[in-house]
Amino acid sequence: MGILEVKNVNKRFGGLQALGNVNLSVAENTVHAIIGPNGAGKSTLLNVLVGKLIPDTGSVMFDGKSVLGRAPYEINQMGISRVFQTPEIFGDLTVMENMMIPCFAKRDGAFELNPLASVGKQTDIVERAEQMLIDMKMIDKRHMHAASMSRGDKRRLEIGMCLSQQPRLLLLDEPTAGMARADTNNTIDLLKQIKAERDITIAIIEHDMHVVFSLAERITVLAQGTPLVEDTPDKIKGHPKVREAYLGESA
Amino acid sequence: MLGLDKKDTTLLIVVAVLALFAPFLLNPFPTESALAQFNAGYPDLMQRFVIFGIFAIGFNILFGLTGYLSFGHAAFLGVGSYAAVWMFKLLGYNVVPGIILSVIVAGVFALLIGFISLRRSGIYFSILTLAFAQMSFAMAYSVLTPITNGETGLQVYSSDNPLFQTATDPNVPHLFGLVMRESYTMKVGAWSFSFNNGYYLCAILMLVAFYISIRIFRSPFGLMLRAVKSNQQRMNYTGLSARPYTLAAFVISGMYAGLAGGLLASMDPLAGAERMQWTASGEVVLMTILGGAGTLIGPVLGAGFIKYFENIFSKINESTLHGWFSWLPDPIEDPLVWLLEHFIGGGWALTLGTLFMLVVIFLPGGLVEGGQRIGRLISGKSRGTEDETGKPAATSHPAE
Ligand SMILES: Nc1ncnc2c1ncn2[C@@H]1O[C@H](COP(=O)(O)OP(=O)(O)O)[C@@H](O)[C@H]1O
Ligand SMILES: [Mg+2]
Repeated sequence: MGILEVKNVNKRFGGLQALGNVNLSVAENTVHAIIGPNGAGKSTLLNVLVGKLIPDTGSVMFDGKSVLGRAPYEINQMGISRVFQTPEIFGDLTVMENMMIPCFAKRDGAFELNPLASVGKQTDIVERAEQMLIDMKMIDKRHMHAASMSRGDKRRLEIGMCLSQQPRLLLLDEPTAGMARADTNNTIDLLKQIKAERDITIAIIEHDMHVVFSLAERITVLAQGTPLVEDTPDKIKGHPKVREAYLGESA
Repeated sequence: MLGLDKKDTTLLIVVAVLALFAPFLLNPFPTESALAQFNAGYPDLMQRFVIFGIFAIGFNILFGLTGYLSFGHAAFLGVGSYAAVWMFKLLGYNVVPGIILSVIVAGVFALLIGFISLRRSGIYFSILTLAFAQMSFAMAYSVLTPITNGETGLQVYSSDNPLFQTATDPNVPHLFGLVMRESYTMKVGAWSFSFNNGYYLCAILMLVAFYISIRIFRSPFGLMLRAVKSNQQRMNYTGLSARPYTLAAFVISGMYAGLAGGLLASMDPLAGAERMQWTASGEVVLMTILGGAGTLIGPVLGAGFIKYFENIFSKINESTLHGWFSWLPDPIEDPLVWLLEHFIGGGWALTLGTLFMLVVIFLPGGLVEGGQRIGRLISGKSRGTEDETGKPAATSHPAE
């Protein structure tokens, strides 16, 4: 049993079968990549996992519990954190404030009425957020407005915010899309380091083969909403069906 | 001090000193001088400064922090006033029960309206709150007449027989015998200063309200409210439920409005439905934006600014203008007076509208931003090239 079990998931948008009979099992403490050409249904699948979309049929179990019908914030509280295709951070707030918010969410839950407490006096949160900023090599930017940072730094901050919650499953949707090569490599290194340092399961959706083959331990190939094959990177590289459906196209 | 850092403590002390000495500060001109019309140190106006200050401070907790623009906050002000007058009618003229009940009733009412309105965001939320407030206004005039006394307005009648009102109690609002409308007048040479009981009660409550607002701004709860404004998507995917946060902010700001309404009734024991009208809701929006939404002191400045100029401009009339410009030759004086008279007296709304447009266009951060710019000019730092965060305004994000 994997930490994430997707069984017979179907999702239609009008006449379009975006997901058809998707079965997927992500083993604990692995990096699992989901690849496939544009429009294959990768983002749709991810949206099903985080509660943004409800599938027409099928089940999604995380750690033995169903996630279907739960709101995104509830699914996050179960231990799934998500990184978006374009970095979603709190642009109006400082980097430090950005980092403290997930720490509060982890400690206090989805809602806490503490209007008279003082942020500065929550030493556990301040320390945790600072430590995370040090880990992310962003501590010198702590007073900066998050919106004024470079795309690469925003991505780094977003990943740090997700990690500060100590999630059991980290979902990344094309984390290097639109990035320059150097930023892409930095992100790969960061993810490798994250994986090496802690017990975490990572599911990554990616278009960039360089990223996929640098990180993934297992790969699922999605085409037209249906998983084509699932195997190790080496096997996937040589798989004829995959070459035909996907690699051949982009090579 | 009081759980605040040094900067916030200083701000609180400055506001406290200003409020305490307002009777002096607002009456700088000798009573008989021509400039006396610019004095603002009389009880009625000073009370309105601080009461509307409370209203705007509360509104800012919702609008300034979460970005949810309510267009119906006057409903809570009105409900607060009705609640207070009912306490006078039922219990007696001591203002304490009235003020407490006005906060509670407005809070419950805000919970109800907020629960429904917050199903939507943006313009739809604004319209829902506006609709609720206008409904309350219309109902206060019609079906709710038994509670609101309709067009006449709710007031205390001699036939009411309040429960705790004894023969020796003052027959006007009072705080344990301290009559709200009474003042002590101090004459110094040509100057006259009046210290009004009601004003000081309102000012103390305004300081408490301001202090609580600072605490909210600096709390984890306040941080979450700013997160709501900044990125709700990220918030939801960070395990936080935005709705209860916004609802709590809505209720708190409704309670502030209720307190303001209760104080209005405590100064003058009369509550009318017009207090709930949309123009009153719009006014607190203007106050907050004009002063500087999302800043601590902005709403207080905005409220004072609008109430002061409303008062001054309403007092100026055509003959005052002729008096001022009589030194000009008639062909210039007459058209000038003709032009300006549209902006005075009943034309105050025109001035307010113009001012508001100018501020929104040239000073989006309101009076607070204006103050900061002046401060930077004086301290001689480079101007224009820096925005509030101190980073060059021209920085773009090359990756995007
Ligand atoms: N909300 C939606 N409504 C209608 N069609 C959608 C919606 N989201 C995605 N689709 C369609 O479903 C298919 C799969 O989309 P998506 O999951 O975004 O693909 P990928 O991320 O693999 O590029 C596409 O054809 C897309 O146009
Ligand atoms: Mg996609």
